This record gives sequence, structure tokens and C-alpha cells, in this order.
Amino acid sequence: MSDAPSAEPRRRSLEDTPVRVVSARATLPARLKNLWSRRELLLGLISSDIRIKYKNSALGIFWSMLSPAFTLGVYYMVFSFFLKNGIPNFVIYLFSGLVVWNMFQNAINSATPVIVDRAALVKKVSFPREILALSNVGAATVYFVVQLVILIIFVAALRHAPAWHFMLILPISFLSLFLFTSALAVVMSAVNVYLRDTKHLMEVLLQLWFWLTPVVYSYENSIAPHLHRHGLSLLYFLNPVTLIVVTFQRVFYVSTVVHSTVNAAVILNILPTWSFSKFLYLNLLLFALSMVFFLVAEAIFGRLEGNFESEL
Amino acid sequence: MTTVIDVQGVSKNFKIHHERNQSLKERLLHPRAGTTEVFHALKGVNFSVSQGETVGIIGHNGSGKSTLLKCICGVLKPTTGEISLRGSLAALLELGAGFQTELSGRDNVYLYGAMLGFSKKMVDGIFDDVVAFSEIEQFIDTQVKFYSSGMYVRLAFAVAVNVDPDILVVDEVLAVGDERFQAKCVERIRQFKEEGRTILLVTHNADQVRALCDRAIVLNTGDMIADGPTQESLRIFREHLLEDAVEHDSARLSETIKIDTVTSPTGSFEVRSGSALHLDVNVHAKSAYSGNFVMEIFTRGGLLVSRSDAQGSPVNLTPGHNVIGIDLAQLPLLDGLYDLNVGIVDHHGHTVIAWSEQAATIQVTYDGREAGIVELGATIRQQ
Repeated sequence: MSDAPSAEPRRRSLEDTPVRVVSARATLPARLKNLWSRRELLLGLISSDIRIKYKNSALGIFWSMLSPAFTLGVYYMVFSFFLKNGIPNFVIYLFSGLVVWNMFQNAINSATPVIVDRAALVKKVSFPREILALSNVGAATVYFVVQLVILIIFVAALRHAPAWHFMLILPISFLSLFLFTSALAVVMSAVNVYLRDTKHLMEVLLQLWFWLTPVVYSYENSIAPHLHRHGLSLLYFLNPVTLIVVTFQRVFYVSTVVHSTVNAAVILNILPTWSFSKFLYLNLLLFALSMVFFLVAEAIFGRLEGNFESEL
Repeated sequence: MTTVIDVQGVSKNFKIHHERNQSLKERLLHPRAGTTEVFHALKGVNFSVSQGETVGIIGHNGSGKSTLLKCICGVLKPTTGEISLRGSLAALLELGAGFQTELSGRDNVYLYGAMLGFSKKMVDGIFDDVVAFSEIEQFIDTQVKFYSSGMYVRLAFAVAVNVDPDILVVDEVLAVGDERFQAKCVERIRQFKEEGRTILLVTHNADQVRALCDRAIVLNTGDMIADGPTQESLRIFREHLLEDAVEHDSARLSETIKIDTVTSPTGSFEVRSGSALHLDVNVHAKSAYSGNFVMEIFTRGGLLVSRSDAQGSPVNLTPGHNVIGIDLAQLPLLDGLYDLNVGIVDHHGHTVIAWSEQAATIQVTYDGREAGIVELGATIRQQ
């Protein structure tokens, strides 16, 4: 813009500029359009989130690798040496599941309190509020990518060939994870405004959720036979994170049936022995459901956001 | 002219919780504890603003002016009605609310720009202007948490006015920074006005509205009670303040004192510059009252030329007709029309008892060489 005091009067007429409408309830397409138009703000918030998190720490962004590495180490020690679950190459099995879980947990834990924490901003500046929750999901996605790269290096270093033909499903699975996490984050951040316990509840719930997801143990090897006997297998897979974790394990860990490292005569079922097409079908289904959930989450958020200012 | 802001039947209700029970335990134990009351902050406000207008929104505390502004900016959603906007909008509401204190000034300029809805490329283009305007060049890479409050606000203001908005919304923020920076802000707003941008200024400072706005909207407890030329709206605003005062202190003030007319013994309000002017203010009082007398002289452009009072000697009104004389020994004003406001206030100057806006218009004629408002009688010679 011209800074001189003698600036020419602006001749630009606003006749042709589109009209924006502020009203009680925006329609879902309008909400999504508005959200998309502010993607630059989303990127800005993600990068500021990441920079703030590791500001003034000597190791900086390395912490996003060090702390999962430490968790990985602990679980590996416990399950391979003390509890002896007998799964060969357990570290790869564990790592491929943890990458998914870390993203999910990180995103939900940081996004749930975000609107309450940034009340000052929410009450003063106009932007789609769910961007705050989505920026936390975005930051978690960045850490996820970092960890995924390490996982790939790890797999390559151990000369463990991944299931190449299953690779195709990985992006679909990741998108489902991203959409499902975003949807849950958006809803929880809004609910937390009305019910401040949500934040603590989610922290506890996520711990339970972690053990309901086959990350540190193998579903097929532990509870599958029990559930199968009662016809409850489906129940376990109602947890959307399970399918994503299993898909990642199928790609990176590959083997579905292995010999136990404790006793070579024992054969362990590690992963479901589904065919490629069944994996693809289930992942596409989950993707579609996650998409629907995200739209529902946006609609719920739109309902709840109307009264934010009297609750904050 | 194109309508850039169109406010249609906008109402805003707030729920006021008298007992906040936001923890799960509280909700489970006392599901019905605490009452909520609905507060109507805005009641069906309608108006539209054309491109290039500078509109003031005035009203005292609690009149709903900030709520209206927040609705226009999209921070709040109206309960009913809708607001249509054209073009980009930058709001100077609570400056610096979007700052991340852990980040540097530079990062915050970009982040704040993005929050206002401007792209990184656009902010790149104005970055130097922003830094220059905010006058914090050497601290731009310092974390914002180390800034003084003045620096903080200056940086936020600089971003908001440099991002090239079509509509600028200003909410009582002209009280930021030192006097010199304030003058700079007012200057920038004037420049915006000259460039034909649309400005919405919210304040309870009538002088600011008079100086900057062509049109003013008056809000009173959520209702729009006036929308018109600044002078006219300000008159209604002042009268409403009076009515409110009457309501609050009816025993003492109920219409007891009224300013009837302002007359001149010569019968004329025309005066030559530099000569004397005597005016009589006719006041009717129903009961005795002792207070202070205030007069204001404004230019037609809305600039306050002078405000003065009875200087410690109270005016003692007796029941019936009273005449208060104003003596202007040598009127040093230059050619033009000047509006006179007169009023009676209590001893502390807190409460206006009676007020007459534009009670008289004085026409000053001047045939000297000076131009402007005031005659300084300057002589210029080489030494």
C-alpha cells in the first residue's frame, strides 16, 4: 500500500467483491468454505505451535523423536525381556503401532483444552474457531511424519522388507487417521468449553483406549480367540484406531503368523490374515466413515460455538 | 455508492450464569443449581454503511456498541438477523490479543496478519511499513514477552492499519501509546478516510466522533436511537444522557431546570472579529439550584475551539426566570460560523443538569489577512 500522506483516493469500487454474511448459523458448506479460505492461518498456527513447544530447549525439535524413542525403548524392554511375549522383531511391530497411536494421543490431548486456553483470542479475533483444534492435529501430524521417517530408516537398517503391495493402503489409512483425529479433536475442544472436565476425562480415557488398541500386544494372539468365541470380534474393531494400527503393522511388520522366540515350536498369530482386498475395503470404509464423522463434527462445533463467549 | 456493511435486524442475547457449575461433579450433584438470565445486548439494530463513509457509533457503557462491533467483525454471532459485508476488514479491537508472547515480533506480525485474514505474501509486502510505523525496528526479532505494553500495542496497531483493509473498525483504541503515537494513529485514520475507505469508529468520546465522522449512530441499552449527521446524533446522545440522569435522580432533577434560549442584546449573532460579544442565556428553574455553568464553541467542522466554565463561582438559580450573561471581550476568531453549546452541571462537573446543543450560531466576519480559526495578530519582519 502507499504510505505517503498524499495517497491517491482509492478508486477501487467494492461493487464486485463478494458479500460475506455473519449470521446466527452458517450452513455446513459455508463453514467448510470459510475453513478452507483460512488455510494459511492454519499453517501459521501449526508452525507457531511447533516453534513455541520447543522454544528455549537445547535439543529443540529432537524432543519430538527422543520422547517416543524412550517410550518405545521401555515397552520393548518390558515385553521382550520381562514379560517375554515371544514376538520376533518386536521392536518393529511396536514402532509401527506407536507411530499411529502417538499422533492420535498427542492431537487429542493438546486439542481438547485449546479453546479454553486461548479464550482471550477466541473472544477478540474473528476466525473459524476450530482452526485452533486443527492446528494441534496439524502439529501432531508433523511429529507423526518425523517418526514415520525414523520408522522407515529403522526398517531399512534392520533389512526388514515391508509388504510393498500393501503400501497402497497406507495413504488411505493415514487420511482416515487424520480425519478421525480431527473430527474428535474439534468436537472435544468445543465440549470442553461447556464441561471443563472433558480435558481430564479424555486423558484418562486415552489411557484405556491405548490398551484397547493392539499396539504393545497382538490382538490375534491375545484376546481374539476369547472374543471370537462369543461372536464379539466386531466390537473390538469398532475402535477406528485399531484398523489403522493393524494396517500400519501389516505394512511394516508384514508377517501374520510367526514362530515364537521363546519356544520355536509355538506358532503365534500376530496379525489378521486378511487379503489385500479386505484390507483395502475396510480402510476405504473407515475413510468414508471418518469423512462423515468430520462433517458431523463440524456441524456439532457450529452448534456449540454460538455460546462460547458466555461460557469463556 | 456501494453498501459495504449492511446490518439487518441484528439482536444479540447473552446468557448470564449466576452460579457457574462447569465441573462434572457440580453438574451431576446439582443439575439445576444456578440460574441463567438472558441479557439483551442488542435489540433489532438496522443500518447500512456505504463505501467511503466514516461512521461513529456512540453510546455509554452497556449500550451495546462493542457487542455490535464484535458482531460486525464476526467475533460474535448475532442471535437473530444478519450482517452482510463486502471487502476485507481489519479490526482494532483489543490490540495484540492474537499475539503469541513466546514468538518474536516478526513472527507475530505474520501470525496476526493471517488472523486478520491476509496472506503471507501480502504481509511480506507491507512488513517494512509495519515495522517503521510501530517504531520498534531494533526489537523486531525479540520475543514479544519482553516488550513493554506500549510496544506491544504499537506493533498490533501497525499491522492492522498497514494490511490495506477496505473496512477499518476501531474500538476505543485511540487511547494507546504516548501522545505522539496517538496523534499518529488519528492521522492514519484521517488518511484512511481520505483514501475513501470505510471506517467504523466506536467510542464514548463525543469530541473524537465530531472530529472524524460524517455520520453517527447512537445506541442506548441495545436500541438504536439515532442514525444521522454527526451534529444531529450528538444532540440526541446528549439529550438521552440528560434523560437518563433525570431517571436516576428524579427527585432533584425532574425537569426543574431548562435552558430556554440564548439571546443577544443587539438581537444579532453577527460579530466582527476582535470585537466584543455579549450573550444572555435564559434559564428557567422550578426550584433553586446552585451549580456550574459550561459553554463550548465549535467550528462547523466539529473542532472544539474552546470550552470554559464559571470558574469556581457558582451560578445560583432562583425559582423562575434567570439570565446568565456570557461576555466575550475580544473574540479572536476568524471568518466563519461557530456553534455554541451551553449547559449547567453540578459542582463536581459529573452530572449534566441541563444542556442545550447548538443553542446559538455565531457568525464572525473578518477582513484581515489571517486564515484558519484563531486570530494571533502575528507580525512578521526580517531582523
